[in-house]
Amino acid sequence: MLLEVEKISVGYNGLPVVKDVSFSLERGKILALLGANGSGKSTLLKALNSSLPLMKGKISIEGRHLQSLTRREIAKKIAVVAQETETKFPITVLEFILTGRFAHSSVFGWETPKDLQIAHECMKLCNLEGYETRLMNRLSGGERQRAVLARALATQAQMLLLDEPTNNLDLSHQALTFRLIKQRCQNCDSAAIVITHDLNLASEFADEIILLTNGTILAKGTPREVLTQENLQKAFNVEVLLDQNPISKNLRITTIY
Amino acid sequence: MSDSKNEQQRLMGVFALTQTKMLKATEQQTRFFRPRRFLILIVLLFFFCLTVSVFFGSENLNFTDLTNLEKAILFDVRLPRIFLGASVGASLALAGASLQSLLRNPLADPYLLGVSSGAALGTMLAFVFFTNLEFTHPILAFIGASTATFTVYQMAKSKAGMNVERLALSGVIVTTLLSSIIVLFTSLLDATKLRSFTFWLLGDLSQGTKNGFYIVLISAILGGAILFSQAKALNLMMIGEKDAFDFGVEVEKVRLIVFVTSAFLVGVSVSSSGSVGYVGLIIPHLIRLSVGSDNRFVLPFSAIAGATFIVFADMIARTVIAPRELPVGAITALIGAPMFIYLLKRS
Repeated sequence: MLLEVEKISVGYNGLPVVKDVSFSLERGKILALLGANGSGKSTLLKALNSSLPLMKGKISIEGRHLQSLTRREIAKKIAVVAQETETKFPITVLEFILTGRFAHSSVFGWETPKDLQIAHECMKLCNLEGYETRLMNRLSGGERQRAVLARALATQAQMLLLDEPTNNLDLSHQALTFRLIKQRCQNCDSAAIVITHDLNLASEFADEIILLTNGTILAKGTPREVLTQENLQKAFNVEVLLDQNPISKNLRITTIY
Repeated sequence: MSDSKNEQQRLMGVFALTQTKMLKATEQQTRFFRPRRFLILIVLLFFFCLTVSVFFGSENLNFTDLTNLEKAILFDVRLPRIFLGASVGASLALAGASLQSLLRNPLADPYLLGVSSGAALGTMLAFVFFTNLEFTHPILAFIGASTATFTVYQMAKSKAGMNVERLALSGVIVTTLLSSIIVLFTSLLDATKLRSFTFWLLGDLSQGTKNGFYIVLISAILGGAILFSQAKALNLMMIGEKDAFDFGVEVEKVRLIVFVTSAFLVGVSVSSSGSVGYVGLIIPHLIRLSVGSDNRFVLPFSAIAGATFIVFADMIARTVIAPRELPVGAITALIGAPMFIYLLKRS
């Protein structure tokens, strides 16, 4: 088991936002975290990255307590794709992606040829070839989001945490992102936890889904087990039509307006 | 058929050319120089300014045949002053560059955060109460600078973390408070002390001593090395504190190291030469325009360029109305302020 979460409660100012959440994640799997706004998805993700202290419970990664690891050790094991990255200084895309290698490098000195090779590979994966000298603050939202993903891949961390990685992306790049995550999980024995509002993307690409409401788990399991009319009605308070995608044969969700 | 193929090829060629030109243009927008070439350029410029400034001063020296008095002027007054200026310039530029990266604000500066005012008040207290104990000046300045930094830091910190706007505002409040305390103290000084203190407050290298120079030089080397050791972490902090944390930087530790070291650099500089403005703001800005934002280049290059800037500014301060002098801070402000306005408009 790559990640084990046991009865954790996390919150702000002594008030728990996520309550008694437990789950585990195997290598090679993608877990989608779904839920309405304010249901505690991002807070849970912050706890998994040790950005927020736990009020209760414990998290282990590769059998080791998250609390017992140093910041650098955590960064080597867990990579984060955040929602928004704004840079005020003129940083090139290559420099930005190379910051993903920080935890692997010594305190002094420059990046090794291996670091550069990894950065270039990740740029290629994310369709960013030829962007090396482009400035981050002059990229479009979608290009920037791809650079953020490339940087997370450059860490070569086993665990990927992605907070709405398809925000700002066009249709083809949304699929590319999920394909990349899936590939990475299968080829490198990694696992990913993805927060998304796109139920169809979750149904297509996720191996497991956790549906959160008010900080507790409403349902967890495979997409077919979790994405039921009843659950979605409870979590999002909307009527949905469920059928089958004729090509992928996966569940297709259509909101009834 | 072949015509249309030729046309197509020609268009492809034009397209490729435009692409290359665009790429080159982007590259140029990113950085004007390759770091190695730029290093050679600024080192040459530094030595050029250093050499020229030895030859110019309020007293014209006859270098072919130096009298004892002229030797004394050269070795005991002019050279220590030039090197003091260089060390002060390097210290201020280093502090400015690292604070800007730490706070993700290209306009952050030791002055904005009240570090310089804290150092000035510390030096002033030493000046009033321990006039003859020279070693107390940098110590009290450092204490003043650190106290100001930590006050600003504590004021800016809230339960939700620290944001840049809150920090800048706290800096302004502390700076104005400290400035009024300094004004109150100046009213206690007699006329001679008042003149020399006012001159010092504007940034003045003429009151520096040989011992003062050694202290500033050692602190610049030491502080520079400490800040350089944090350069990689600062590269991540520059993108965002949350990002830096996510990718393995111990944010609190780096913040503490950079704050204390900058307070140390600014404190020691201010104690020997007063508040020389604009170095910490303009120099790192120009360096970033020239070689990009990587702090492993920005920090050492800023140090050399800051040193060059002050040596040059002090040369003008010494000669422009010779035998009288201007405070070097007036010259740096005269050069720095218009340049800053230009950069601000440009960005």
